[in-house]
Amino acid sequence: MIRIVNLSRRKFLKSMGVGSGLVLGVYFSPDGDAATDDISKGSTAGAEPGQLAPNVFITVDPAGTVILTVCRSEMGQGIRTTFAMIMADELDASWPKIAVRQADGDPRYGDQNTDGSRSILIYEKVLRIAAASVRQMLEAAAAQTWKALIADCRAVDHEVIHVPTARVLPFGQLVKAASTLPVPNPDKLRLQDFSSRRYVGHTMPSIDLGAMLHGKTPFGADIALPGMKYASIERCPVYGGKAKSFDASGAMNVRGVEKVIEIPATPPPTGHLPLGGIAVIASNSWAAIEGRKKLQIEWDLGPNANHDSGTYRAEMETTSHRTGRIVRTLGNFESALAGAAVRLTGDYFVPYQAHATLEPPVAIAVYEGGKLAVLAPTQSPQIARQVLAQYLELKEADITVRPTFLGNGFGRKSMHDYICEAGWLAKALGGRIKVVWTREDDIRHDYYQPMSLQRLDGGLDKNGVPIAWRHRTVFPSLNSTFHADQTSPDAAQLSQGFLDMPYAIPNLRLEAGVAQPHVRLGPHRGGLSMAHAFASCSFIDEMAAAAGKDPANYLFTYYAGPKKIDLKALGVDYTNYGYSIDEFPLDVGRLQNVLQFAMDRAAWGDPLLPRQGRGLAVHRSFLSYAAAIIVVTVAEDGQISIPRIDLVLDCGQIINPDRIKALMEDSIMYGLGFALYGNLTIKNGAVEQSNFDNYQLARAGITPEMHVHLVPSGQSPTGAGDPAVPVIAPALCNAIFAATGKRIRTLPIDTGQLKDSPAAGPAAPAAPNAPAAIPITPTGGAAPKN
Amino acid sequence: MSALNINGKDHSVDADPAMPLLWVLRDILGLTGTKYGCGIGECGACTVHVAGKAVRACKVTLAEASGHDVTTIEGIADSHPIVHAFAQLNVPACGFCTPGQIMQAVAFVKQKPDPEDDDIVQAMQGNICRCGAYVRIVAAIRQAVGADR
Ligand code: FES
Ligand code: FES
Repeated sequence: MIRIVNLSRRKFLKSMGVGSGLVLGVYFSPDGDAATDDISKGSTAGAEPGQLAPNVFITVDPAGTVILTVCRSEMGQGIRTTFAMIMADELDASWPKIAVRQADGDPRYGDQNTDGSRSILIYEKVLRIAAASVRQMLEAAAAQTWKALIADCRAVDHEVIHVPTARVLPFGQLVKAASTLPVPNPDKLRLQDFSSRRYVGHTMPSIDLGAMLHGKTPFGADIALPGMKYASIERCPVYGGKAKSFDASGAMNVRGVEKVIEIPATPPPTGHLPLGGIAVIASNSWAAIEGRKKLQIEWDLGPNANHDSGTYRAEMETTSHRTGRIVRTLGNFESALAGAAVRLTGDYFVPYQAHATLEPPVAIAVYEGGKLAVLAPTQSPQIARQVLAQYLELKEADITVRPTFLGNGFGRKSMHDYICEAGWLAKALGGRIKVVWTREDDIRHDYYQPMSLQRLDGGLDKNGVPIAWRHRTVFPSLNSTFHADQTSPDAAQLSQGFLDMPYAIPNLRLEAGVAQPHVRLGPHRGGLSMAHAFASCSFIDEMAAAAGKDPANYLFTYYAGPKKIDLKALGVDYTNYGYSIDEFPLDVGRLQNVLQFAMDRAAWGDPLLPRQGRGLAVHRSFLSYAAAIIVVTVAEDGQISIPRIDLVLDCGQIINPDRIKALMEDSIMYGLGFALYGNLTIKNGAVEQSNFDNYQLARAGITPEMHVHLVPSGQSPTGAGDPAVPVIAPALCNAIFAATGKRIRTLPIDTGQLKDSPAAGPAAPAAPNAPAAIPITPTGGAAPKN
Repeated sequence: MSALNINGKDHSVDADPAMPLLWVLRDILGLTGTKYGCGIGECGACTVHVAGKAVRACKVTLAEASGHDVTTIEGIADSHPIVHAFAQLNVPACGFCTPGQIMQAVAFVKQKPDPEDDDIVQAMQGNICRCGAYVRIVAAIRQAVGADR
């Protein structure tokens, strides 16, 4: 536990176990380019004398400990370890002599918004530059000490060696001399020319492993400060509602309850700001939670009081059956469909889903002497700071936001309502407050994954060749959480697995529909590719089945045309996750490659047992490429089990293989939870689920035999946390189709529907020249293996 | 005042006897290795041992626990085969569920030193890992009991 006695910034930092701050000499612009900056621009606040600290990331103390400041949030992806590995190789540091500390939210660190699987992409080069400058200063200091040539001095395993004479000086002993030297110009740095690396590419234990195994890593939930009060907040069950009146007397009678105070409701769209509600302040979490149960509140439920997810679904389905805004088009879809020998259609549905981070939102705020300090599990401390400054009318300079460890993030902790609640209460009450969310709060007041309806229509010619493809996506825009009148998703959202549809089909139409928002929406793991890949990877499988073709071969065949799809040339407003399409093209060759990789490893085409089926899905998202092949067994009662899954990821260069492998295992379970359980429904504006008894997550029993394969690659390191999740649901549903002939177009999968499925066995595929069937009837057997 | 023996140390706690042991540990005694994940016995993040048995600390009141020996993650030695196996397989991702998983596993292997894989999965079914580390959790337990054999 962390105890903070005094809140001067210096002491605050120290008590977080971060030692001191440093002279900040390197400025990193948000796009990740490093540039030298005047050293005086860096803050020396809290700098400790006697340390070598030439940039914001690395400090070497006189004992030789290399302290890496990690500016991205740790939420299980292992970023603290991975960053340390990158640094350690470039610096030639010894692993046991490395310590890691967490950065506050501060623009000097560059982009700290830890979402979208971008940490390595942004920081790999930056960290190497930071480490190389430290290495070069230590080498120069040794040269000066020995009056030797710099070229003869080399950092090796935490020492500098004078190569001709084999003299050595440990890093620690060089700190004093190095501190007096100028910081090298990043342009003139010599990066290591690795023939082999000690850390990157190897299995390393997590740097926080020991603490984690003993429950000693401080999550937000674990922070306690002397004199701190606990708050639990009753919020309006309906988004956009507010309290009309309340009676706190029952709550005040609960032992430990000290105060009841109303947090003003934010009119929607609420963005990062609190929903508002009645906060019970107590001497411990439980008293606050119990006190809350005794509140009598009369709510004004507001404009969303009639929101009903069932009705909403029907409305969106109707919308998806009408022409939407055309966002990508090729050839002439209508006439191609009219002339098709086989026509297919499918309505794909994904319900609202919750993040359900195992650590619910929680935040600690301290307001003392006009300054605010926040400790919280946040994916984005800089944005939290900006939001707090605006909301509380404070100067950013008077706010410190320090991320703790996160018990999951998944995008939930990119949204800062809980932090603002803590900040508001601390300011209003003038003290130290911990806002504790219960699981019920979390499930009922999340920023949900939008419900989505997708309509696909396709046509095949008489040879089974796909000649027409129309995909309509309808879901409320995520931007509606921030701006009024957002009823249709923007290009950035449509770029997540929709606009970049990779199949070479000559007549193509992609359309986006309109949907009114009624709940808070937010970023989720896997992004909108979760819905889009589910539909498009399923529908191509429908086409293959209708054509009587093996789905893998079918995919190969229709990954035709140029290997790099130039969406710009096709007039598509494709945002490519904010990265240049020239540098990170939509590379069909890499899609084919992950598919081939998966087929080889999973023995695609090998015979299966009765009642089994094999399904696949391939998708690019977050600049990485993933393929999954799943074998499913469907029992007579409809229950499914998954004997085997092969998951392939091409995320460019592999920095921390064990953590990527862990993320792949994680992606499988997250994807299975999405496919099998995630289902959030709303009645009379209020969420019907509340906790893990009625909002299910994947548990140990569903764990398949996993085979994770990472494609060796020299390409830039891209995302690993998100991109493998979207392929799981469609691969599973395609496998179920192969086993039973039943096509799943609605999530979560209703296994009841699979009851009494015919046992899998070689069955005649739908003839390619069968009369048009809308919707196409299941073929009642496994897809043939060509 | 309620008397508790936690990890071999006596404590006397002045709190509502109806308060769940979870909050006594976390908010009053500062033993924050025991996590809150659901409060209704559905996630296992709060697993501790009371009188040698794995229980959900969110479902046991202070009154029920008092007079019994309580073990929390803070009382499990680094040398315990389960901890060792969790370390070797680099099991924790975010680490939030890890204390509960370890507490569950430690009690389980004591009670069933020679489990089949199915027994392990069954025993861990009540412990949610939202980082989906189940394959490693089960492998670590298997490895730990293997080492004991
Ligand atoms: S917090 Fe006790 S089981 Fe979830
Ligand atoms: S390691 Fe994160 S929840 Fe299990």
